[in-house]
Amino acid sequence: MSSVNLTEQEPELYQARDPIHPKSIKGRFRTFKTVVLALAYAIFFLLPWVRWERVVGPNQAVMFDIPTRRYYLFDLIIHPQDMFLLAGFLILAAWLLFFVTGMVGRAFCGYFCFQTLWTDVFMKVEHWIQGDRNKRMKLEKQVWNPEKILKKGLTVLVWTLIAFWTGFTFTAYWADAPRLFMAFFTGTAASAAYMTTGILTVTTLVAAGFAREQVCIYMCPYARFQAVMFDKETLLVSYDALRGEGSAGRKPLQKGLMTLEERHSAGTGDCIDCTLCVQVCPTGIDIRDGLQLACISCGLCIDACDEIMTKRGWPKGLIRYASEKELETGEKPSLLKFRTIGYGIATALASALLIYGVLTIKPLDFSIQQIRQPLFVLMSDGSVQNNYELKINNKEQSALELELTVEGLTGAHVAIGGDFTTLVIPPDETRNYLIHVRAPRTSGISRQLITFKLTDKTGLVPVIVGQSSFNFK
Amino acid sequence: MSQSPENKKGQVETTGHVWDGDLREYNNPLPRWWLWGFYGTIIFAVVYWILYPAWPYADTYTKGVSTVSFQSPVLDKAGKPVKGPDGNVEMETKTEHWNSRALFYQEMQSSPSALAQKEWLAKVKGMSFEQIAANPDTLNFANSAGHALFGDHCAACHGTGGQGVLAMNAEASYPNLTDNAWIHGGDYAKIVQDMTNGIQGNMPAFGALFQGEKLTDLAQYVLSLSHQPGVNDEAANRGKASFATCAGCHGANGTGNQMIGAPNLTDKIWDFVDVSGAPNIDAKLKLVEGVIDHGLQHKMPKFSDRLTPEQIRLLAVYVRQLGGT
Ligand code: SF4
Ligand code: SF4
Repeated sequence: MSSVNLTEQEPELYQARDPIHPKSIKGRFRTFKTVVLALAYAIFFLLPWVRWERVVGPNQAVMFDIPTRRYYLFDLIIHPQDMFLLAGFLILAAWLLFFVTGMVGRAFCGYFCFQTLWTDVFMKVEHWIQGDRNKRMKLEKQVWNPEKILKKGLTVLVWTLIAFWTGFTFTAYWADAPRLFMAFFTGTAASAAYMTTGILTVTTLVAAGFAREQVCIYMCPYARFQAVMFDKETLLVSYDALRGEGSAGRKPLQKGLMTLEERHSAGTGDCIDCTLCVQVCPTGIDIRDGLQLACISCGLCIDACDEIMTKRGWPKGLIRYASEKELETGEKPSLLKFRTIGYGIATALASALLIYGVLTIKPLDFSIQQIRQPLFVLMSDGSVQNNYELKINNKEQSALELELTVEGLTGAHVAIGGDFTTLVIPPDETRNYLIHVRAPRTSGISRQLITFKLTDKTGLVPVIVGQSSFNFK
Repeated sequence: MSQSPENKKGQVETTGHVWDGDLREYNNPLPRWWLWGFYGTIIFAVVYWILYPAWPYADTYTKGVSTVSFQSPVLDKAGKPVKGPDGNVEMETKTEHWNSRALFYQEMQSSPSALAQKEWLAKVKGMSFEQIAANPDTLNFANSAGHALFGDHCAACHGTGGQGVLAMNAEASYPNLTDNAWIHGGDYAKIVQDMTNGIQGNMPAFGALFQGEKLTDLAQYVLSLSHQPGVNDEAANRGKASFATCAGCHGANGTGNQMIGAPNLTDKIWDFVDVSGAPNIDAKLKLVEGVIDHGLQHKMPKFSDRLTPEQIRLLAVYVRQLGGT
């Protein structure tokens, strides 16, 4: 085999990932991220274990029950018929994302995205076991000696445990958590449970342990379409190049360039080129190069630079949340621009509709349909009978006692199935019945509208009315 | 061309093949993740071959080591299911290599819905027909089970809703089950008996006995029994004498006999010829004359071979309530 030189600079088709070892930093944004992380983890990991008494259904506060097609959210039970609420919720989530992104950039990426949260935790594990940035970089370069094997192995082991518990917790949302726990570890759980947990364990481990920023840069579609929603007034994590570079560029601290006055008179900018902002960046980029796709807006470089500035006693905010317009003209962005107002209204509207939808979920679904085969039957005494199919779905948590009556038909006799007119529908059950309506033949009329009434004797649900027609011939 | 040996990034390996003096073939190795993914699929395939049916050979195929067990009816030498003393087919456990048909059987027998069905079946087993029909819960079960069975076994003749067929030719008609008249009797025991053993209905042809005037008069009398408008009372009176022949089966006053399946002629229901739908008395007369002239045969097959006694019971409850009471 031989090789040739490329005359043009061809991009490499495959580039091995260089591991990034961000330095840990303290500051406002770090604290905020930690609080969000703690909250998100508490909710995600504890929620499946919260118990909730129900007459019918699992005693688990939040459970997505696929076999019975019910979503249990505390006192709210979503039936398949109410699935449009899920669509509504997703639309709301999308608008909220647009609203926030238009205002403060990729806030979702930096503070809330599970890729960011889990990567953050996995990095902390690395930090505890292998030490901070410098130690980790040293370990990376080191030959594989027992120390490296032990430290790296331990890291991966802890990662795997976290990843497994993540996968198991996710699975626990779809089954009774304590029972699943028992079944899972005695080998008797459903194969779907093992599969889901297994797949999530592997993907969590790979995404948060090894792929990390590559997920954000190469795989995530949100990264792309969030960036599309920026405009000149969107607040973004930015480096104030005017201030940092001055007219003579950035320069490290050196003799004659120690104070702001000295630097300003020499035309040097405020950036002392300490590269701390680069060292803390979880995606390994240099914010001073300007807005980049790889920036997840985590704000850690702000913390880093603020620390340096504070140390020097210089004003903070060389790296800060600023809009493009502000950096160019010094004008503060107005949050009340057309786009944010529009998305804001849309978000508020969607929330209102969703709340309205949830509050007005029908306690009972009911349909009564005329059977068309046959449309009518002549009975032996010459009267006419029409049959109807009655479907009742009691979505309440208690039994209903429903009495069926028919209106708008003279001399009508109504009977359910065999011969009764009162139905007891157990909580959260669906029932089908054949309804017979019989009436003497009236000459001249071939068809008449009639009204069915279901009256709940327990008084729990209001009278339900359904219309249908009665055919004489 | 500038050579910079330390700059590996500017170089691409080639396979060493050269065409036309300068065309070379790059050798770009596959990305490692891709390669591992590829090896993964190979391992997956091998595991799959071991577990599941895979390779064809000669006139068969490798079966794999994975199995599925399900309950299957015991068959006698002729290949017919063996029935136990209780009339139900005897079952045995069968284990087959993994296949989707066996999985289907297994699901039909042991899925949560199959188990729920079993529970219901056990519940209605000890109940009388009246008890099943009077309880909304068990009726709901009989309805769903009965509706499915009806669709599979009865709807071909009696229609999906049990509405029957009223054909031009009386012998191509099938009785309507949604009215409240029962040709062969409508109590549960009789319905079960008829479903189990089938029905053979036979009205002889009286064309040789009654012709012309005599036939019309008899038809007039038959129609007068159910007070059809337009009946000529005089003619009906003349025909009354001839009805003595019919009375043997249909009864002296024409109210029929369910034991032998002779329909009631005094009610408004006509199951074989469309008398109610005929436009005028002449058309009605023609229909009735036709039946007297040619007689009427109807036959319903027995279902004891196809349905279990338990299924017939549920079906009886369903069919019985189609017309109401
Ligand atoms: S550039 Fe700053 S905000 Fe962007 S990812 Fe890096 S540290 Fe976070
Ligand atoms: S942390 Fe601040 S001062 Fe240091 S290199 Fe980055 S922008 Fe310059």
